[in-house]
Amino acid sequence: MYDMKALYQAASVEEAVALRLEHPAAQIIAGGSDVLVQMREGKRAGAELISIYGIDALRGVSMEPDGTLRIGSLTSFSHITRDPLIQKYINVLGEAVDQVGGPQIRNIGTIGGNTCNGVTSADSASTLHAWDAVIELTGKNGVRRLPIRDFYIKAGEVDIRAEDGEIQTAVLIPKESYEDCFGHYIKYAMRNAMDIATLGTSVNVRLSADKKTVERARVAFGVAGPVPLRAATAEAMAKGQIVSLELAERFAQAVTADINPRDSWRAAKDFRLHIAVESAKRAFIESVKLAGGEL
Amino acid sequence: MAQYQLVHFNLNGKDVERMVDVRASLTDMLRNDYHMTSVKKGCEVGECGACNVIIDGECFNSCIYLAVWAEGKRIRTLESLMGPNGELSDIQQAFIEETAVQCGFCTPGFIMTAVEILESGKLYTDAELRKLLSGHLCRCTGYENILRAVKKTMYRRLGLPMPAEPEA
Repeated sequence: MYDMKALYQAASVEEAVALRLEHPAAQIIAGGSDVLVQMREGKRAGAELISIYGIDALRGVSMEPDGTLRIGSLTSFSHITRDPLIQKYINVLGEAVDQVGGPQIRNIGTIGGNTCNGVTSADSASTLHAWDAVIELTGKNGVRRLPIRDFYIKAGEVDIRAEDGEIQTAVLIPKESYEDCFGHYIKYAMRNAMDIATLGTSVNVRLSADKKTVERARVAFGVAGPVPLRAATAEAMAKGQIVSLELAERFAQAVTADINPRDSWRAAKDFRLHIAVESAKRAFIESVKLAGGEL
Repeated sequence: MAQYQLVHFNLNGKDVERMVDVRASLTDMLRNDYHMTSVKKGCEVGECGACNVIIDGECFNSCIYLAVWAEGKRIRTLESLMGPNGELSDIQQAFIEETAVQCGFCTPGFIMTAVEILESGKLYTDAELRKLLSGHLCRCTGYENILRAVKKTMYRRLGLPMPAEPEA
């Protein structure tokens, strides 16, 4: 038995919004692989829960008329990995979420829950930052969309307005963001399964038609700061440069200008800085190769 | 104040329904209301896989799954594998043959994951099998025998010869 005060269940987005307005102190539960564990640990003991797990309309990946890739917030990690649209346009996201927990966790864990937790180590978060994902929230005032980097406020806190009855309804990847882009994610952890990232690095590049020049390079990290973050200095440095191993090295060194990892029991700050540079280099090289470049 | 809800679902091929305390996990309901004692309470935080069951064809840790979410679902536990006269299934027999069972606590969870793997009808590499089985902890066997039992059954079901083990 879980120590909960009450459970409210929504079958539609409208019901969820109404329940949120009615019970402002209640905790939203999607797949529950974080909320129920926290409840078991006593952190959320005695809470009221609003379950949105039953809202099937929030499951699945689709393409909007303008080419935006729409990932319903309750889509599980394993369904994202297996989805043909994800595999075609943003395969790195499917690969990143295939490293969350273990197989059963990937069947229950949702992309919406992963982002709404606001934790820096979430395996989806760095890739979504690196691809300029847009978060869609639905509340009493309708739909609100904001860039993922504005969605994350601080560790464990995201811009989701309970007072407006908001729930996250989708994660969107605009066409401009994924078109001709190829990326790679590296999770550094102590075990291959059931572990949390010591550092997560997601790089993607778009090369010129002749595959010789970097048109755009993006890199985001998890666990390199209190929230997932981009390394803008490295991105600006690589833009317009000729593809080479030497560029990969310079790009990787430049990430240290923007990241600020901490010492924790999982790893020391110096070690995180070291693996950030090394992972950025490897992920950059892999991304260029995926894009058809040679170096 | 206790809050109850009527939950209907299909358990091992049979439609069932019961009033359930909304605070119950699926493990609680399967064990206490339906006596499915193959569903083990291990870590109860979704790490060890001892409570794993198949819901609508996918594996889930029932300890971090609310019982009320079972509404309308098809749920399979290890009990469903038993033949009409109490016979073991091929995968259970393979676990015995390969000494993939010692204390047995992780076994039902592992076997249900193996069932999902085997029913996919795919031929997986050792690396893929290790990853597919990685949501379970076993403190006795060291995993090699479990891997071998699943692999052997996979080859048998596909009608393919089991490749020779690389020399140690």
